[in-house]
Amino acid sequence: MKLKNLTFKGGVHPPHFKEYTEKISLQKAKEPQMVIIPLSQHIGAPCEPIVKVGDRVKIGQKIGEPKAFVSAPIHSSIAGIVKKIVPYTSPIGTQVLSVVIESDGSDEVDENVKPKGDLDSLTKEEILDIIKEAGITGLGGAGFPTHVKLSPPPDKKIDTIILNGAECEPYLTSDHRLMVETPEKVVFGLKAIMKAVGVNKGFIGIENNKPDAIEAMEKAVKDEPNIEIATLITKYPQGDEKRLINAVTGREVPAGGLPMDVGVVVNNVGTAAAIADAIQTGMPLIQRIVTIAGSAVREPKNLIVKIGTLFKEVIEQCGGYKGKPGKIIMGGPMMGIAQFTDEVPVIKGTSGILVLNEKEARIPEPKQCIRCGKCVDICPVNLQPLFISQFALKNMYDEAEKYHALDCIECGSCSFICPSKRPLLQSIRVAKRELISRRKKGK
Amino acid sequence: MDNKLIVSSSPHIRSDETISRIMLDVIIALLPATLASIYYFRFNALKLIVLAVLTAVATEALIQKLLKKPITVNDLSAVVTGLLLAFNIPSSAPWWIPVIGSAFAIAIVKQAFGGLGHNFMNPALAARAMLLASWPVIMTNWVTPGPEAVSTATPLAILKGEAANQVLPSLKDVFFGNVGGCLGETSAILLILGGLYLLYRGVINWRIPFTYIGTVAVMMLIFDGGFNNMVYHIFAGGLMLGAFFMATDYASSPVTPKGQIIFGIGCGVITSVIRLYGGYPEGVSYSILLMNIVAPLLDKYTSPRVFGEVKQNG
Repeated sequence: MKLKNLTFKGGVHPPHFKEYTEKISLQKAKEPQMVIIPLSQHIGAPCEPIVKVGDRVKIGQKIGEPKAFVSAPIHSSIAGIVKKIVPYTSPIGTQVLSVVIESDGSDEVDENVKPKGDLDSLTKEEILDIIKEAGITGLGGAGFPTHVKLSPPPDKKIDTIILNGAECEPYLTSDHRLMVETPEKVVFGLKAIMKAVGVNKGFIGIENNKPDAIEAMEKAVKDEPNIEIATLITKYPQGDEKRLINAVTGREVPAGGLPMDVGVVVNNVGTAAAIADAIQTGMPLIQRIVTIAGSAVREPKNLIVKIGTLFKEVIEQCGGYKGKPGKIIMGGPMMGIAQFTDEVPVIKGTSGILVLNEKEARIPEPKQCIRCGKCVDICPVNLQPLFISQFALKNMYDEAEKYHALDCIECGSCSFICPSKRPLLQSIRVAKRELISRRKKGK
Repeated sequence: MDNKLIVSSSPHIRSDETISRIMLDVIIALLPATLASIYYFRFNALKLIVLAVLTAVATEALIQKLLKKPITVNDLSAVVTGLLLAFNIPSSAPWWIPVIGSAFAIAIVKQAFGGLGHNFMNPALAARAMLLASWPVIMTNWVTPGPEAVSTATPLAILKGEAANQVLPSLKDVFFGNVGGCLGETSAILLILGGLYLLYRGVINWRIPFTYIGTVAVMMLIFDGGFNNMVYHIFAGGLMLGAFFMATDYASSPVTPKGQIIFGIGCGVITSVIRLYGGYPEGVSYSILLMNIVAPLLDKYTSPRVFGEVKQNG
């Protein structure tokens, strides 16, 4: 079976902007003098601190313990002294209880950090436990705890694992560089996931604007009969997991359902590499690759950054701002989260730090809807954004629901394509929040 | 940080598509046919086109000023309406016909219903229908192209047997527009060229024009005596102008893919029925106007199946 140039219906073609960083090798960021580590960096319950102010912590030492299944532990990314445990602004936009650690320069590694042995010698349960204890969450951005994703209920038969190397967001190249530079780690992580879930079919989906990554990954899976590279047509939002599943397997995840409903589990390539690290070196998730790019960054780069490093410090290591920054975004420009300050820490889901200049950051003036229907044509889930948006703006939420507002995946393609620059997704989001809160109240 | 950052919800980038760019594309697409009509019908054509466009723009600006709304003539949509209206009147028409037509199109059909995006009918076509009902003789006084304009009938009228002493023009003349008819609908080739440009630019999609023209072709082939008549029906009247430029009007056509296909077929059926069995040799404008009225219903009943939607009881 040749898996070439697969795709999905709908979608848009934003400019790639990948040329800033796609050819630059990964570099390690400077060791931070201080880190601010939020105790909730994932979807699910926050962790509780298990260190006190004044404690000495080492690299990789657990500092936050989850109190629920859907959660992931938090580890220290540096060695030093716990200075404060206070609520701090997280890049998600909320105040989160965070552990502030000041480095003592010793770089001492926790004694629990040691290789976990050969993949063949580890059982399914052991692999899941390693993943859970390493605090690994989805590194694509959403940050769902990986061990939960890999533990589907017994009635869901999983037969396929797909690694997401689409990286369809403009600017971002962290997954791209990872696949080019350490493809073997990605493959090792995929094999670990396949073993943990008990599946013998794995795919790695990569958009065809990354020929060097495709080549490197093809080479790395040469001797892996159960793993195939699926190349995808470059189109946003190919990296959405349901679009990816549809493109690679042809299966359609039911509305409101999860990938496991069609027997698939999707993980980011970065997550796979983090799993490889956790098994091969025993190091939990304390750092990640971050793309720092955008028109207002002097030297765009991909840096390996310790979790808890402030955006400001990371940007300074990229030559600082070029002109006045207009907007700072965590993630990509299509789905990322705008920040109101650069003094927020890098978290597990920080795939990119994007700084736009003032001109690009300006919000365009919305004009009347001309009913061109482009939003209907490109919606990857076949919604009619213009109608949902109209209802949302008039507080007619029941009607918005009838037009399937809740099926919106918030990819932003409609707002992107709209010639009248209408805030389509922005208003649909309002309807979604309202409908979800109503549902919760109703229960 | 000493300066404030802009914070908004995603997406943070927008495409460079704008309303004025879309309208400019339509104008570019209409340009070859505009030049041809000036070539064929000389100064009269130029005069009517300029008057129609100027009146449309002036009416839009005036009404927006009176209603204290932002003046949006820069978006070029009024220019498109004026141009399309001019395309729909005979070259022999007096100067006040495009003036009244454009003013009606903009003031009544477009602005009275809320402006751009809210007109429930194609403004240019509704104005044409009004003009035709009010001044039927002027609006059907066709002349031959060229410097010595003499009265003639349109190819479709000849085909229908309404002009017994006239012979059908050659297909070549029909293709290039060297026949009697409205200003802009005469040259099929140049209109197709413009339509292809709009398709290429993504301003319109294939659904409405192709189903519209296809339906007319099939119906004429079956009900009007075969291939030769079918070719005249497709290329001689206002079908190309209607299918590519009128029926595709955003505000008055459906937005759903299925709705657009039904809309195109509906236009084709009504056009064919009027041409074959109705009192007029031409049926494009009324068919589009009638389908305009059902467009909201089509939208309502043709919502696309949402990705992953589970079928509910068949």
